[in-house]
Amino acid sequence: MPKITYITHDGEKNTVEVPTGLSVMEGALQNNVKGIDADCGGSMACATCHVYVSENWLSKIEKIHDAEQDMLDMAHEPKKNSRLSCQIIVSNDLDGLEITTPVKQS
Amino acid sequence: MITTDVIIIGAGPVGLFAVHQLGIKGLKAEVIDNLDKAGGQCIELYPEKPIYDIPAVPECTGKELTDNLLKQISPFKTNFHYNERVEEVTQDKNNWIVKTSRNKIFIAPNIMIAGGVGSFEPRKLSLKEAEKFEGTSIFYSVTNKKIFENKSISIFGGGDSALDWALELSKFSKITLIHRRNEFRGAPHTLSEIKKLERQGKIFIKTPCQLEKIEGEKNIKSISIKFDDGKIEKIETDIILSFFGLIMKLGPIAEWGLNMDKKTILVNTNNFQTNKAGIFAVGDICTYPGKLKLILSGFHEVALASVECFKRAKPNETYRFEFTTASKTIHERLGLEKKQ
Repeated sequence: MPKITYITHDGEKNTVEVPTGLSVMEGALQNNVKGIDADCGGSMACATCHVYVSENWLSKIEKIHDAEQDMLDMAHEPKKNSRLSCQIIVSNDLDGLEITTPVKQS
Repeated sequence: MITTDVIIIGAGPVGLFAVHQLGIKGLKAEVIDNLDKAGGQCIELYPEKPIYDIPAVPECTGKELTDNLLKQISPFKTNFHYNERVEEVTQDKNNWIVKTSRNKIFIAPNIMIAGGVGSFEPRKLSLKEAEKFEGTSIFYSVTNKKIFENKSISIFGGGDSALDWALELSKFSKITLIHRRNEFRGAPHTLSEIKKLERQGKIFIKTPCQLEKIEGEKNIKSISIKFDDGKIEKIETDIILSFFGLIMKLGPIAEWGLNMDKKTILVNTNNFQTNKAGIFAVGDICTYPGKLKLILSGFHEVALASVECFKRAKPNETYRFEFTTASKTIHERLGLEKKQ
């Protein structure tokens, strides 16, 4: 099962196994990982599952769509490497993925 | 003080259908919501997005669903109390007393919490110093346009609200529109108007950049914005208007002594009652083994909860299960038949 590492803004690392097909957001929720709120439950309507993806992983994830980009406008401190974790679907290619959560989600 | 059978907190789809399920059982309800209209997340988050899993409705938008629910409950002539948040819940024997942010007081044997993920509030600027200017130099909505006349206004955001207010306020103020990326999301007509005003020097557009610093003592004097390439620019500013959408906050619900699991309220699946008799939680805000956050689950939950509400509101009457197709009493309540 792919391993995903969630890093908090102050550097706390938490590596969990997430089944393929689930989103990085769902992986966090199911494993009680701190830093991801996911208020809307994955309907891409709230921007509270916002994460930063390191440069080397960014290219391996499916490209960002306009609707996600629009939603990220509402996120807390969005950056160039910002994504919504509900839109990152875990696959074997993403085994080892590291994401960092922002200081806060809302 | 307003006396009723059930106080419904939240006017989203589930709160609205609760009115129906209570109404056909002859129970009166009062609905309280922090937003200025009905619909909850359906209206605030996805009014134009189609929903495909409402039984017997192959496709409808959040707005259509809300409008249809309002039509369905119109016979019950329910009172809606918008722009009010429930602050306090206290017990008085078998009744619950609810106090809102506008100091309205309600009393009822039942409370139905259909609060979704909590009440909607504007997302605030993340800079710490923003807090002390809030309400004087920093605003998250426009309620009184007069405050914004003949000022230098920096508007943050890239969506409809930011664009619409940039247009409107540019009639009498100097507007700088600031956004984290070059693309704006708005109606094509609005976008072309903005571009026109930019050419005329009435609106200044700064992208891609974000707020770096706010300067001023009592009121704001200037702000600094940082571009993606690291360049910093100082902008004379009297007022900041920020439009980063709404967030959902659980708010005071967490303090009512209900058993919670994170941001959700634990209920039983017989009648969706919480650990407090007479307080029910339905829709996205409740949780139980196997819970799915679907509108249709919420509809089921209010149907069952309303039976228990009946028993508490009318302890001397016997509850009779009836079908809407056949029941004369229900038809009377729906205004289809005159009372004999």
